[in-house]
Amino acid sequence: MGIQKRRVDGVVILAVCFFFGLMQGVAFCGALDGFSGLEGTIAIAGGTAHIPVMNDAAKNIMTVNPGIRITVEGGGSGVGVQKVGEGLADIGNTGRALSELEIAKYGLKSFAFALDGVAAAVHPENPVSDLSPQQVRDIFAGSITNWKAVGGMDAPIHLFCRDEASGTREVFWEKLLKKGPVAATANIVASNGAMKVAISQDKNAIGYVGIGHVDQSLKALKLEGIAATQENAMNGSYPVVRKLYMNTRGEPSKLVRTFIDYVMGPECADIIKKYGYIPLK
Amino acid sequence: MNHVQLVRERWIRRSLLIATGISAGAILFIFVLLVYFCLPLITSGGMSSVLSWQWKPFAGEFGILPMCAGSLLLSVFALGLAFPAAIGICGFATVLAARSLARFTLVLVHFMTSIPTVIYGFVSVFLLVPLVRDWFSTGTGFSFLTAGLSLSLLILPTIVLVFHARLQQIDPALRLAAEAMGLTPVRQFLHVLVPAASRGLVVAAILGFGRAIGDTLISLMLAGNAPRIPDSLFDSIRTLTAHIALVLATDSQSMSYRSVFASGLILFLLMGAANFFIRRMDRGPGENRYENGR
Repeated sequence: MGIQKRRVDGVVILAVCFFFGLMQGVAFCGALDGFSGLEGTIAIAGGTAHIPVMNDAAKNIMTVNPGIRITVEGGGSGVGVQKVGEGLADIGNTGRALSELEIAKYGLKSFAFALDGVAAAVHPENPVSDLSPQQVRDIFAGSITNWKAVGGMDAPIHLFCRDEASGTREVFWEKLLKKGPVAATANIVASNGAMKVAISQDKNAIGYVGIGHVDQSLKALKLEGIAATQENAMNGSYPVVRKLYMNTRGEPSKLVRTFIDYVMGPECADIIKKYGYIPLK
Repeated sequence: MNHVQLVRERWIRRSLLIATGISAGAILFIFVLLVYFCLPLITSGGMSSVLSWQWKPFAGEFGILPMCAGSLLLSVFALGLAFPAAIGICGFATVLAARSLARFTLVLVHFMTSIPTVIYGFVSVFLLVPLVRDWFSTGTGFSFLTAGLSLSLLILPTIVLVFHARLQQIDPALRLAAEAMGLTPVRQFLHVLVPAASRGLVVAAILGFGRAIGDTLISLMLAGNAPRIPDSLFDSIRTLTAHIALVLATDSQSMSYRSVFASGLILFLLMGAANFFIRRMDRGPGENRYENGR
């Protein structure tokens, strides 16, 4: 009985192995060929928006190539630059273009792989759903302080912004606020997630998040009728977009280069779309 | 004492000395590092820009004084709430409550210390922030008041435990005498025990204050982080610690990044001052005669 059972187990395990082998053959043939014969580790750190994409790509690669270890950390764009610059990471992710200072100091190279839109967002129950860019500017500058002035309820506007050096803040400030003033009374939150929580709890709030983060807990505002969607960001009609970058110090090594090519390649395009971003190729 | 014991003692003493040396060295190293990173600010004249009241990094103004004020205001406010409450809890646990209830209270307070700060933070985001916004119908709920309330809850157990430990050290004869004179438990506590452990009270308050000023998550999640002096309890404020966390997460080479080291240095000096006062209190003249074993 015991022997027989063990034999059955063995058959099951064999079948499972075979099945997975088959799956892998189907799923990964082609795109991951570049990694065959490569070994080593890739340490990735930085921008939090990149993490889901990096994780999925790493998982796909490591499943097929046990000789490759890829670690993914967050920390934010600044940490990404710092770590890759100091040689503590192989790839430093940023949600913003590098400053000249950063490039000059560390000799960094940037690889843009995805596009992310940023949308002004309000509570789902807020009757306002379409604003002109000028209205958005006035609201964030603090010259419009009541929702009534833009066709909403008679209630004060609660401003929420991101910290001064966030990639999301940068694109919103440059592309939509046109580098205009932001009221000093605005609340500052530390991440897209915190922004979502803040807006979804406050009927009078306005803030901004990456389009990938928009869900039913908040309402993305239209800009003069143009909805803040991935499609409109891709065809250029929605103007508030940023790129997501991977950065390396100098020329990447063969392994890192292969990883970057993989992330920018066709298979990863599906992963990038899955998390609400737009692949650049 | 035989030879083996002597040798062992010598080694214990040595290893303790080494451990002390390493920790002292680490602290000194942190201080030197902070000063070193602040040097470019001092030499390039950036320090005057950093020690101003305007934080507008895109207009070239990097003042961190609003954050210093925010840290101090918030900590004092939280201490003002937590301190009386802590004395009350200590009084309850020491003289008023039955033994089992007192023990339960202390276990509860001990448990409070083990709750991670982030839990206070996010529970407050979902419970306290909407309440503050709806009750006072002014501001966003992310405010001085919200952060102060949560922070007072965070530092409460620190104050209670330190003060309670001091109360335990008081000579039981003192309490017996008070009892013999017919003082009610409340009077014993207020007029005998508290004055006898008064220095413990100061130490507890300073430790609580240090905990409050060093805390990052509560203010980051709840205070709203607008870099300015608040006009009212319902305004948003930013503390030094939250400022450091916000800037460090996303920046790396700019002037705002360097201002973070000045913030760090100020925090370090503040904490150092708080600890210095604790030492002074502990060593001050008039050694307390009522505490056992001292």
